[in-house]
Amino acid sequence: MEDINHSLSTPEPMLLVKSRRVVKHLRKEWQLYLMLLPTIIWFIVFLYKPMYGLQIAFKDYSVFKGITSSPWVGLEHFYTLFNNDQFIRAIQNTVMISGASLIFGFPIPIILALMFNEIINPKFKKTAQTIVYLPHFISAVIIAGIVITAFAPSTGVINLMLNAMGFDSVYFLTKPEWFRTIFVGTGIWQEAGFGSIVFLAAVAGVSPSLYESAVVDGASRFQMMYKITIPCILPTILIMLIIKIGNILEVGFEMIIMLYQPATYETADVISTFIYRQGLQAAQYDLAAAAGLFNAVIAFLLVITANTISKRVSKTSLW
Amino acid sequence: MSFKENMNLYSKGDKAFVYLNMFLIAMFTASTLYPFIYVASLSFSLGDAVTAGKVFLTPVDFTVAAYEMVVFDPAFWTSYRNTFIYTVGGTLTSLLFIIPCAYALSRPQLAGRKYWNMMIAFTMWFNAGMIPFFLNMRDLGLLDSYFGIIIGFACNAFNIILLRNFFEAVPASFEEAARMDGANDFQVLWQVFIPLAKPAIATITLFCIVSRWNGFFWAMILLRDEEKIPLQVYLRQIITQLSDDDTFASSLITSAYSFETVSSAIMVLSIIPVLLVYPWVQKSFNKGIMLGGVKE
Repeated sequence: MEDINHSLSTPEPMLLVKSRRVVKHLRKEWQLYLMLLPTIIWFIVFLYKPMYGLQIAFKDYSVFKGITSSPWVGLEHFYTLFNNDQFIRAIQNTVMISGASLIFGFPIPIILALMFNEIINPKFKKTAQTIVYLPHFISAVIIAGIVITAFAPSTGVINLMLNAMGFDSVYFLTKPEWFRTIFVGTGIWQEAGFGSIVFLAAVAGVSPSLYESAVVDGASRFQMMYKITIPCILPTILIMLIIKIGNILEVGFEMIIMLYQPATYETADVISTFIYRQGLQAAQYDLAAAAGLFNAVIAFLLVITANTISKRVSKTSLW
Repeated sequence: MSFKENMNLYSKGDKAFVYLNMFLIAMFTASTLYPFIYVASLSFSLGDAVTAGKVFLTPVDFTVAAYEMVVFDPAFWTSYRNTFIYTVGGTLTSLLFIIPCAYALSRPQLAGRKYWNMMIAFTMWFNAGMIPFFLNMRDLGLLDSYFGIIIGFACNAFNIILLRNFFEAVPASFEEAARMDGANDFQVLWQVFIPLAKPAIATITLFCIVSRWNGFFWAMILLRDEEKIPLQVYLRQIITQLSDDDTFASSLITSAYSFETVSSAIMVLSIIPVLLVYPWVQKSFNKGIMLGGVKE
C-alpha cells in the first residue's frame, strides 16, 4: 500500500495543481470563453463537420446508410472522374476562363488607379470612383440579367447596334465561341473599378518628396507616373498577381450558372458548375464530393504556395 | 488651391495629358453606368417599343405599366419580404457571433489563442465544398427553413479576423480604466471596444447586408418552398424563363409591357436598396478599413 501510494503521490499533486490552475483561470476568465464558444461551435457544426463528410468522396454514399456507414470504395470516384471527358473539360475551362480573366482583367485596375491618381479635380474623381465601384456590389443575378437582356437576339442593345451597322443578329448566349468573351468581359466590367482600390492605396503611399524632386528636375506628369509611381507600386502589383494566380481555380460560378446553357457547356462548364450539376442536380453526391475534394486540395496548395511566395516578396504576409 | 489655379502651373503637354486622362476616365465611367441606365430605360418603356427594338438609352413611350405588373404580383412582395428577413436576421446574427468572438480572440489572457485563430483562419483556405455542406445542412434539418439560411451563413473567417485586428489595436489603457471601475468583460466590450470599433463594425455590417441582399445560390439550393425564396431567386426564375423559354416570354407580351420591361423593372426594384446603403458602404471602404484589415 505504501509503495503504491508513493508512486502515485508524485504525479498527483502536479495534476491537481494544474487542474486547479485551470479552474482558477476559467473562474476568472469564463466570460471570454463564453464569448468565444458560440462561434467555435458554429465553425465546428457548419464548416468542420462537412470536412468529416468529405469522406464520401471515397465511399459509395447511400442516403439511407448515411455518411459513416456507407461502404468504402477507395479511389473509384477519382478514376471515374479522370476518365470523364466532362470533368477534364471542366478543368480546362476553369483554367482557360481564369487565365483569360487574369491576362485581360489584371492590368486594368492598375491602369485605372494610375489614371485616377492623375485626376486633380476632386469632385470629378470622387464621382467617377463612386460609379466605377458600384457594380461590385450588385448581385450576380442582376448582372446576368443585364447581360441576358443586352445580348438578347431581337431586342437587346448589342444586336440592335449590329443590325444598325448592317450585320445580322447573333444569339450570343447560345454560341460556345462567345461565352468566354462575354463572361470575362462582364467580370472586368464588374470588378475593374473596385479592384483599383488596392492599387490606389499603394499609390497614396508613395512619398511626396519623390514627386517634388522630380518637379524640380522638370519631369512631366507622364514621366513621373512612369518613373516614380509604377516602380513604387510594383511590390503591390506583384503580390496581387501572385494572389490572383493562387486563386486561379476560383471562378464566379454563380454568374456561370445564370449565363450558361447546354449549348454552351463546351466552353462554359467549370469545375464548380460541374460539381453543382453532378451533385445537386443529379444527386451523385459521392462523385461530386470527390470532384470538390480534388478542387479544394489543389486550390489549397496553390493558395499556400502563393502566400509563401508573396511573403518572400514583401516580407509581410497578406494573411 | 483650386482646380483652375492648379492647372495653370502645368506645361502644355501636362495639360493635354490631364485632359486626355479625364476624358478616358469619363468614358470608362460612362460605360460602367450605361448598362444600369439601359435597364432602367427598358423598365420605363412601352412593351411595344422594346419589342420593336427602339430602346437604346432613354425610355421610349414612357410608362409604368411594367412596374404595375410587378407590384400587383404577390410573389414579388413575398420574395421582397423574405429578402428583408434574411438580410436583417442574417446581419444581426452575424454581429452577435462575430463581435464577442473577435473580442475574446483579441485578449492576450485567452488560453490557446493561437489555436483558436488557426482554426478560424484555416477555413479561408480550405473548405469541404458544396456537396458536404449541402448534405450537412440537410442532415441538420435546415433545408427549406428561414433559420437555416440565417444561421448557416452567420460567420466567416474574414470578418472575424478583420474585427479582431481592430480590437487588438485598441490601447490597453482604455481597458484598464474601465477595469478600475470594476467592469467585467461584457461591460468592457460594450462600453469601450464597441464604441471604439464603430467604423470597423459598420464596415462588417454593411458587407453583411450587401452579401445577404445579393446572395442567391444557397437560397436557390436550400429552399424549395416558393413562400420562402428571396428576391434574387425570384428574379432568377423570371430571367431564366426569359432565356430558356421563348413561348413563355412571348405569352407575356402585351402592347403595354413585355418580358424585358417586366424583368428590368424587377431588377431596378432590387437594386434600389443597394443604392440606398451604398453611400455608407463607400464611406467605409474609403477609410481603407477593408485594406488594413486582414493581416496576421
